[in-house]
Amino acid sequence: MSDPIMNLSNEYTPKGWKPRKEARLEEIKEQAKEFGTVEAKGVVPAGAPFPKASPETGYYGIPLLKQPQWKPEIPIYFFVGGASGAASVIGALAHWTGKDRQVARDARLVAAAGAIISSGLLISDLGRPSRFLNMLRMFKPQSPMSMGAWILAGFGTFSGAAATAQILSDRLGFGPFRILGNVAEGFSALFGLPFSNYTGVLIGATVIPVWNHNVRTLPFHFGMSGINAGVSILELMGNDSSPGLNRLGIISSAAETYEGIELEMKRDPVVNEPLKHGASGWITRMGGVLSGPVPLALRLAAEFTGKRRSRQLRQIAACSSIAGSLLTRIGWVRAGGVSAKDWRLPLEETKRPRVQKSQSREDYPHMRKIS
Amino acid sequence: MTTTAFLTDSTLCIGCKACEVACKEWNELGDDGHTWTGLSYDNTGAVGHSTWRHVKFVEAAPLLGFGGNAPDLASWTFSSDVCKHCEVAGCLEACPTGAIVRTEFGGVFVQPDVCNGCAYCVVSCPFGVVQKNSDDGRAFKCTFCYDRQKEGLQPACAKACPTESIKFGDIDELKLAAQVRVEELQSRGMQDAQLYDPTETSVKGLHAMFITRGDPKQYNLPPNPEVPTVYLESAWKSSALAAGVLVLGGLFAFLGSARR
Repeated sequence: MSDPIMNLSNEYTPKGWKPRKEARLEEIKEQAKEFGTVEAKGVVPAGAPFPKASPETGYYGIPLLKQPQWKPEIPIYFFVGGASGAASVIGALAHWTGKDRQVARDARLVAAAGAIISSGLLISDLGRPSRFLNMLRMFKPQSPMSMGAWILAGFGTFSGAAATAQILSDRLGFGPFRILGNVAEGFSALFGLPFSNYTGVLIGATVIPVWNHNVRTLPFHFGMSGINAGVSILELMGNDSSPGLNRLGIISSAAETYEGIELEMKRDPVVNEPLKHGASGWITRMGGVLSGPVPLALRLAAEFTGKRRSRQLRQIAACSSIAGSLLTRIGWVRAGGVSAKDWRLPLEETKRPRVQKSQSREDYPHMRKIS
Repeated sequence: MTTTAFLTDSTLCIGCKACEVACKEWNELGDDGHTWTGLSYDNTGAVGHSTWRHVKFVEAAPLLGFGGNAPDLASWTFSSDVCKHCEVAGCLEACPTGAIVRTEFGGVFVQPDVCNGCAYCVVSCPFGVVQKNSDDGRAFKCTFCYDRQKEGLQPACAKACPTESIKFGDIDELKLAAQVRVEELQSRGMQDAQLYDPTETSVKGLHAMFITRGDPKQYNLPPNPEVPTVYLESAWKSSALAAGVLVLGGLFAFLGSARR
């Protein structure tokens, strides 16, 4: 077959040729001649991209802030640290009140394991892992990252000592190990207290809008999430009939429920958008439901049911709390990334007065008149 | 040692990128890649780990007296962006290793042999300057040409600038010069000329100041940059509350329950 275009002159009607479409081509040609430009639906119009920079759009909407550059290890570290820090305190309290020796013993193992995993996660996140000891070059109270490194160092030392002493005294039944273990347990709990929630301070005291906007509640929120996870891990280790653990779980999941409701009720849609919309929003919300109302209802029900049913309910509550705690951390860290990309937030004028009031071109109407 | 500073005057900038090139060559910075932003004639976008000077092309609606020769052309202002070397620097406060220090010239310097790449400075800079190079693992930003300043030389960008848009010198003298320049510009009819130096915020002023025309927001200069340490008090209070709930809640839970 020959080329249809070549055959146009020979009154050959090419396939798909329609008079109306052919006429449209003429129309386009006329339009181009008359106006010098042709626009149509579905075609990106010609033109330079400016003007776009303005006080309203910032610098072409390019993000002003840099996104957090942490690896996925960091939210997992937040989870592990929160759970193990809380577990060490729970264990010490169970021990000192003399109510639950088994919880105290398991808590020492959870705390030590958590400290080891936490250190591993933190080191692997570093750009230069071999320099992790540089974290202890200085003691810097104004840096939550420095405080965290010292807290982890103390927590790791004492929780490790407590767990080792526990294992040795179990094997050897040797008195001094028990005393050493108890002393180490005390110090481990002392470091465990901040370790269970300092990560809220770590991300709250940053320039990322969604984090620093919630700085008043974030450490508390993370702390409660840590208690939830700590209680739940201890329960899944076979302490699901410890009445103390369930009550503490009720307290922390009630606090998480309150946090969730407060967050949903807040009326500041722009800053908190990443907590409510998009992937980060849904992860945060899912985490909130799994660590708040779900375990709260299950644990309350467990208080009033028979022994066997109660244990089943608590195991489900524990799994829900652990998943919820992990999702909460992942959701918040992701929300920070989304928030950093939002160029509007750092350009907002806030209550703080400035020396020089910023002046926009709109302040000079006479200049506009000239043009 | 005198405290030194930059004064970048956007009314003199011609957008030639000499400072960007000079900075990259002197400091031997890596390739940014070849990308088109599609937003303006500026294809660099922002300062980062491999871009320590960045010329912003602020293209705005045509207004007579705002640059451009004809009213139907967009007006252009250029401004060379750089690390602000804050008086109170968020990155310096946040750095856990002490890698970030204040030099004898008043600049903020990341010591590459100490930085371990924790990336906490990245989320502590209110101007979005410092960035971690994920290939190298460490954080980088403008050094204020600490190496050159130690030898008594001016920073590479200031030296290469053909219009003296980037001025370098004693901070007090430059602050004075900035005032004089702004007044001069305003008396010449550029009434929107102003100095960007947020001394009233927790940043407490900059060692790299900018003279801009129009709202600094269109140059991505934030109206209220805050050093994140201002959030510490409420953060640790909340942390203490959580610790209190853990201890008291734990005591309540265990003491109130039967021995197991």
